[in-house]
Amino acid sequence: MLKIDNLQVSVADKPILKGLSLDVPAGEVHAVMGPNGAGKSTLGYTLAGRNGYEVTAGSAFLNGEDLLALEPNERAAKGLFLSFQYPLEIPGVPALTFVRTALNAQRKARGEGEVSAPEFLKLVKQKAKDLRIDFDMLKRPLNVGFSGGEKKRMEVLQMALLEPKLLILDETDSGLDIDALRIVSEGVNALRAPDRSMLVITHYQRLLDYIRPDKVHVLAAGRIVASGGPELALELERTGYDRYAAEAA
Amino acid sequence: MSVSQETIETVAGLEKYKHGFVTDIEQEFAPKGLNADIVRFISEKKGEPEWMLEWRLAAFERWQAMEEPTWAKVEYTPVDYQDLHYYAAPRTKAKPKSLDEIDPEILATYEKLGIPLKEQMVLAGVEGAPKYAVDAVFDSVSVVTTFREELAKSGVIFMSMSEALREHGDLVRQYLGSVVPVSDNYFAALNSAVFSDGSFVYIPPGVRCPMELSTYFRINAENTGQFERTLIIADKGSYVSYLEGCTAPMRDENQLHAAVVELVALEDAEIKYSTVQNWWPGDPVTGKGGIYNFVTKRADCRGDRSKVSWTQVETGSAVTWKYPSCILKGEGSVGEFYSIAITNGRQQADTGTKMIHLGANTRSRIIAKGVSAGKSVSTYRGLVSAHPKAKGARNFTQCDSLLIGKDCAAHTVPYVEARNGSAQFEHEATTTRLSEDQLFYAMQRGLSQEEAVQLLVNGFVREVLQELPMEFAVEAQKLVAISLEGSVG
Repeated sequence: MLKIDNLQVSVADKPILKGLSLDVPAGEVHAVMGPNGAGKSTLGYTLAGRNGYEVTAGSAFLNGEDLLALEPNERAAKGLFLSFQYPLEIPGVPALTFVRTALNAQRKARGEGEVSAPEFLKLVKQKAKDLRIDFDMLKRPLNVGFSGGEKKRMEVLQMALLEPKLLILDETDSGLDIDALRIVSEGVNALRAPDRSMLVITHYQRLLDYIRPDKVHVLAAGRIVASGGPELALELERTGYDRYAAEAA
Repeated sequence: MSVSQETIETVAGLEKYKHGFVTDIEQEFAPKGLNADIVRFISEKKGEPEWMLEWRLAAFERWQAMEEPTWAKVEYTPVDYQDLHYYAAPRTKAKPKSLDEIDPEILATYEKLGIPLKEQMVLAGVEGAPKYAVDAVFDSVSVVTTFREELAKSGVIFMSMSEALREHGDLVRQYLGSVVPVSDNYFAALNSAVFSDGSFVYIPPGVRCPMELSTYFRINAENTGQFERTLIIADKGSYVSYLEGCTAPMRDENQLHAAVVELVALEDAEIKYSTVQNWWPGDPVTGKGGIYNFVTKRADCRGDRSKVSWTQVETGSAVTWKYPSCILKGEGSVGEFYSIAITNGRQQADTGTKMIHLGANTRSRIIAKGVSAGKSVSTYRGLVSAHPKAKGARNFTQCDSLLIGKDCAAHTVPYVEARNGSAQFEHEATTTRLSEDQLFYAMQRGLSQEEAVQLLVNGFVREVLQELPMEFAVEAQKLVAISLEGSVG
């Protein structure tokens, strides 16, 4: 599914990722953990194609497609979804309009027909109910004045509707209380599928109690320095990142 | 390929200003230049009554003694007023009685612009679409006004100004210049001397105009100024919704458009006046050509509880100088101004409104949204004033500017004068830059860069778009998108 090889990325000429390699097979959930400043968010942004994240070496393929050669919207149409740590507010654009515009743009890029308005509404109503999102909220401008929990639920609603192949969750647990964390995690878990992979980027082990990973990787100083099963996350929780940070440096 | 390069190439492949064609017809012109004889020539061409000629000549005299204003934040090559034609008309005998008598080239022009001049065309294709009547002004003259008979049944007068001067001279004489006096400003004086045509509307007491009225202005001829004059009178308890649209061919020379619009609302009357202005903005890179849009628009809320609402979507013109205003004379009268001004390339816009509160308990509301891209400059200039008798006057003003890219500028110049203690004025203003973060977020969800910009800008101006009549809101939304093509690179 996702194959990253020797990825090197600089931001404002400062090297952040220094030869990162990662392989996430179809249907698996991998967690990337690491201390602040290790390059976790850089990994998500680079894969999604954000301006200012300059790839100096290496490659990243999604189902055989060279991601790095594509514009952000083309990557989205190929099935990449980045759930933002801080989802943006879009004034004046109702959430429903935003998601439908995005869905139709992706479908158009894939040569598929547009989803009709009634069909879309029916779909949204069901998914919103699952995520306990009040339908009236979807008529309001996207994320404007929404609480942290509401914003994250809107992210999950969008993934549920856009049905990506690769889901990258960037610090999805930040700013969530226990109840919101549970609802969001249930939403993500419902999207687990044999043809869908997930990359869960997180600083804390807490999120992994809810979204159980198949594998855990430790990212320190721009490289994957250790990989293992879910038990690695528990060990990190006990011992901290210091050991890895020191080794990487 | 980088995003910016791709954007440039995409845009290069687009036919950006689709109204830029020229209609090839035989026209008759007044000789270039402006003097009393030209004023007489125009008046005679139109077969006007004597009083009108005298009015024009007096205006011309005033104009000669005035100086072109320089306080607006716009820079342009000065207009050589002696190097313009002040009258250009398609060569036909009298005003055609029916559409069959109109030059087919002109009919084709309006068809190309999507303006239905054949009444049956209005409903064609769209089930249940509301009717709207059109007065089509081509350079200096009105070529046709549709639905006149149907409107006449309810007593509504909708015709060109030239015809109104002949058929309803007294009504015109009573109101013309009563809102914008001849000597109000340089361009208004010029217009008063040489105005060629425009629309005249009268809604009788208690009548709700049964359809949208609209005037469509087209400048075609070279080196010609367009000076139209519009006068709308809503008698007691009446209602009318009126829309004007404007386009012009792409030409290297600047063209002058100096219009005057006067609205009069009597007791309990309401006028809703919408403008979708899409004059040729000039070359986006060199700034060559484009329309100078120097317009005076003013409404007189003369009657108690009368209401006037201006909505404008300004996307075209090289230079815009325009302040649709309301004089709130009647007790409890209401003035509204909703504006979207979009500038791109090298456009300059200095626009805003004046709300003059004279009567007690008058209210006004201003929502102005400016979007600047490219190397353009956009200024909101507004005045809200309450006179001593305007007890309990209230105003709410909101001015928001959105900047796209690094080379554009936005300014806000609000003047507020409260000359009595009971007036309540509120002013809010924001300036934001189209954020890279928002763009990336939208693109990550699948929107191309152009689509993302359009979505964000349409979100920014939504409040104002909602004020437009339904049929035009969709058009305006598309226009917003077209105006901003290639604005991010």
